[in-house]
Amino acid sequence: MIAFEKFTLDNGLKVIVHTDKSTPIVALNILYDVGARDEDPEKTGFAHLFEHLMFGGSVNIPKYDVPLENAGGENNAFTNNDITNYYLTIPRQNLELAFWLESDRMLDLAFSGKSLSVQRNVVIEEFKQSYLNQPYGDVWLLLRPVAYKVHPYRWSTIGKEISHIENATIGDVKAFYRKFYNPENAIMTIAGNVDAREIEKLSVKWFGSIAPGVKPVRNISPEPVQNESRQLRVKRKVPFDAIYMAFHMCARSDKEYHSTDLISDILSNGFSSRLYRRLVKEQRLFSQINAYISGDMDKGLFIVNGKLLKNIKMEEASEAIWKEIGLIAENLVDDSELQKVKNKVESTLEFSEVNVLEKAMNLSYSELLGDADLINHEINKYQEVTREQIRETAGKIFRNENCSTLYYYAN
Amino acid sequence: MVGINRKTQPNINLLDNFNFQVPDIYKLDNGIPVYQIRTGTQPITKIEFIFKAGGWFEKKPLVAKFTNKMLREGTRSFTSEKLHETIDFYGAHIETSLDKDMAYVVLYSLNKHLENILPVLVEVVLEPVFPEKELSIRIQNKKQEFLINCEKVKYVARRKFSELIYGKSHPYGRFFDIEDFDHLTNNDLKDFHALHYNIPASSVIVAGNSPGTIISTLNRCFGNFERSPSKRTNDEADIQPHKDHRVHIIKDNNIQTAIRIGRIMVNKMHPDYLRLKVLNTILGGYFGSRLMTNIREEKGYTYGIGSSLVSMQNSGFFYISSEVGSAVTDRAIDEIYLEIEKLQNELVSEEELNLVRNYMLGTFLRSLDGPFALSESYKSLIEYGLDSDYFKNYIGIIKSVTAEQIMELARKYLDKNSLYELKVGK
Repeated sequence: MIAFEKFTLDNGLKVIVHTDKSTPIVALNILYDVGARDEDPEKTGFAHLFEHLMFGGSVNIPKYDVPLENAGGENNAFTNNDITNYYLTIPRQNLELAFWLESDRMLDLAFSGKSLSVQRNVVIEEFKQSYLNQPYGDVWLLLRPVAYKVHPYRWSTIGKEISHIENATIGDVKAFYRKFYNPENAIMTIAGNVDAREIEKLSVKWFGSIAPGVKPVRNISPEPVQNESRQLRVKRKVPFDAIYMAFHMCARSDKEYHSTDLISDILSNGFSSRLYRRLVKEQRLFSQINAYISGDMDKGLFIVNGKLLKNIKMEEASEAIWKEIGLIAENLVDDSELQKVKNKVESTLEFSEVNVLEKAMNLSYSELLGDADLINHEINKYQEVTREQIRETAGKIFRNENCSTLYYYAN
Repeated sequence: MVGINRKTQPNINLLDNFNFQVPDIYKLDNGIPVYQIRTGTQPITKIEFIFKAGGWFEKKPLVAKFTNKMLREGTRSFTSEKLHETIDFYGAHIETSLDKDMAYVVLYSLNKHLENILPVLVEVVLEPVFPEKELSIRIQNKKQEFLINCEKVKYVARRKFSELIYGKSHPYGRFFDIEDFDHLTNNDLKDFHALHYNIPASSVIVAGNSPGTIISTLNRCFGNFERSPSKRTNDEADIQPHKDHRVHIIKDNNIQTAIRIGRIMVNKMHPDYLRLKVLNTILGGYFGSRLMTNIREEKGYTYGIGSSLVSMQNSGFFYISSEVGSAVTDRAIDEIYLEIEKLQNELVSEEELNLVRNYMLGTFLRSLDGPFALSESYKSLIEYGLDSDYFKNYIGIIKSVTAEQIMELARKYLDKNSLYELKVGK
């Protein structure tokens, strides 16, 4: 249970405060409601490139990191398809500095051509390091456009291709900032040994005078229902074949989200899970196998992937996966197996409340989903899932015509 | 709200008081020390066993690693399946890991399931049976994983670098190879376990808002094993570094090159160690470090570059590492040496030194925040037989280190001729 208070400034900035007296550290998290799904198809990778530029100096503060490090603080950020999230932790006594820093970069950035050109290079090196220079690193660049034909989830956060990043202009990034970086489009959470009234005062002082901006209207075409099984075959310089299956699933806020998540746990969370036990240990087909959900805000993907053992044929591996996911769609799971995955979820949630930063992030994200308090009801939603719902959800997801498969061959 | 001055930063209060919690120390009936960190807001507990059973002690490659990995693969009364079923059912985690010196077994559990899961932990630690079938599966899977890792320039560089500075015959420079997987037997693991997972010679850390009965429960489970003299082996080893200081491993089709530059240094028992940590932070130990500022933020040659000081029981080493665009590899290396020379020839400004001091104190504060961070921090002391005075000393040194001392250390330890330089890539 995470207790919190919530208020909204006149300019639309939502603020959530969680008090945890056990720590000398305060976490401050700002979630901006913009991700790769909000990008122009011809200018992909922008949300993430922009995240880099947010550290390049703001209107009154030439370097974001220097004062924060001087105050004993630390920060980072991440971008995904849905959101861009900035977070920092700072010793309690220097909290106001964090308000100064974050409000200034919400107020206005100091764009320089040099900062843009350097960060373009940095992101291109990140593209190479994470996607091109790793065995199997390009899987998502390949699989997304097979699974999605219309929805912007068809490109990765890093961007469709390097040229989109290379061609980014200062005009592009300024427009992006104006559109998405304003109080109306942000959720701030502060967690630590703080008092809600004190935070309210600080928030009004530092953020209150920022112009509200306009909440951007999202107009994303939904992905049409997939009606045919899709396949892509590639050959790469990797030592072993691998298989990646992507099934369309529900959105994060849909009713079936929790049963879908539990299905992925039954299949592959832990060494007692079905795919590991049967396909890795008993049938000796894979060296590794995984099932997980993307958990995106719009309709996402249920992924099953595995690396084949040497000398195992792709067809055999694929059939074995289909057989396992077929079983969960046809037969009811045992009570004890369902109880097991629910117990695991309970434990995971409890462990996620150990530190203030994780709590701050989760509160911001829950608020974006509709209400910060959702986080306190997650466990009940998992507990309520029935054996019948598991079977029904699995039946909906695990169909041939709902599946995109990437066959990744070693050459 | 009128009149706020955004140009001037709010006052910073320097970190002064560190009220860190000191563990309570108990001894089980057989003398095993248990360090308890009783704090935290959630009803959860972490129990960690520390054994002197790392790679240093193995006579045959991979034996230490597989002994550690196979602890969870079947015990006297639990088959591998039953074991995992039980751990998973209670939402617990039993994780095993090792480094060159130590091996670890860690349990994470909700307090309400502790009584159910502890009997499993007892068998994992005391009575693993290393079944043949599970071993052969593990070997095959790990072999494939290894071959995939060999395609990663960073992985290749990490292994090769240790070999360069320590030599192939030294336990810190020795690595397994693909054929070593085929020579492992479960008797190797049984022998290694019997010799090195010496229960009475282990240490235990308990962290979290644990039940009041936890110590007596541990005593019941682990306290009645007799202390047998621990057999330490291989305490002396010859370092035989590579004859060439500049090595290039060619990997084709790689658009980035992994770089490692560094040398053997000192471990945390050496009087220079803590000041070297400050030097390391300035050079490459945080986002605003000189290497990051120059090579990422000014030149855009890389996504990341950093340096580290690694302490091990019998040695320590220092390295700078990065993956850079293959076209700019040599330029990046030149810049690295320039940054080192600057530290040798110019005093660090008081402004920069202060920033690093504050940053390091902040990091230190975070490392003591919450039961799990505290347990990690204390582990790094317990392994060296140190106590919390070391932390007090650390704080004192961060506050008092001078620019002259930093320059002196850079001259003493970062002489270009003493550094090894490794490139893996084009």
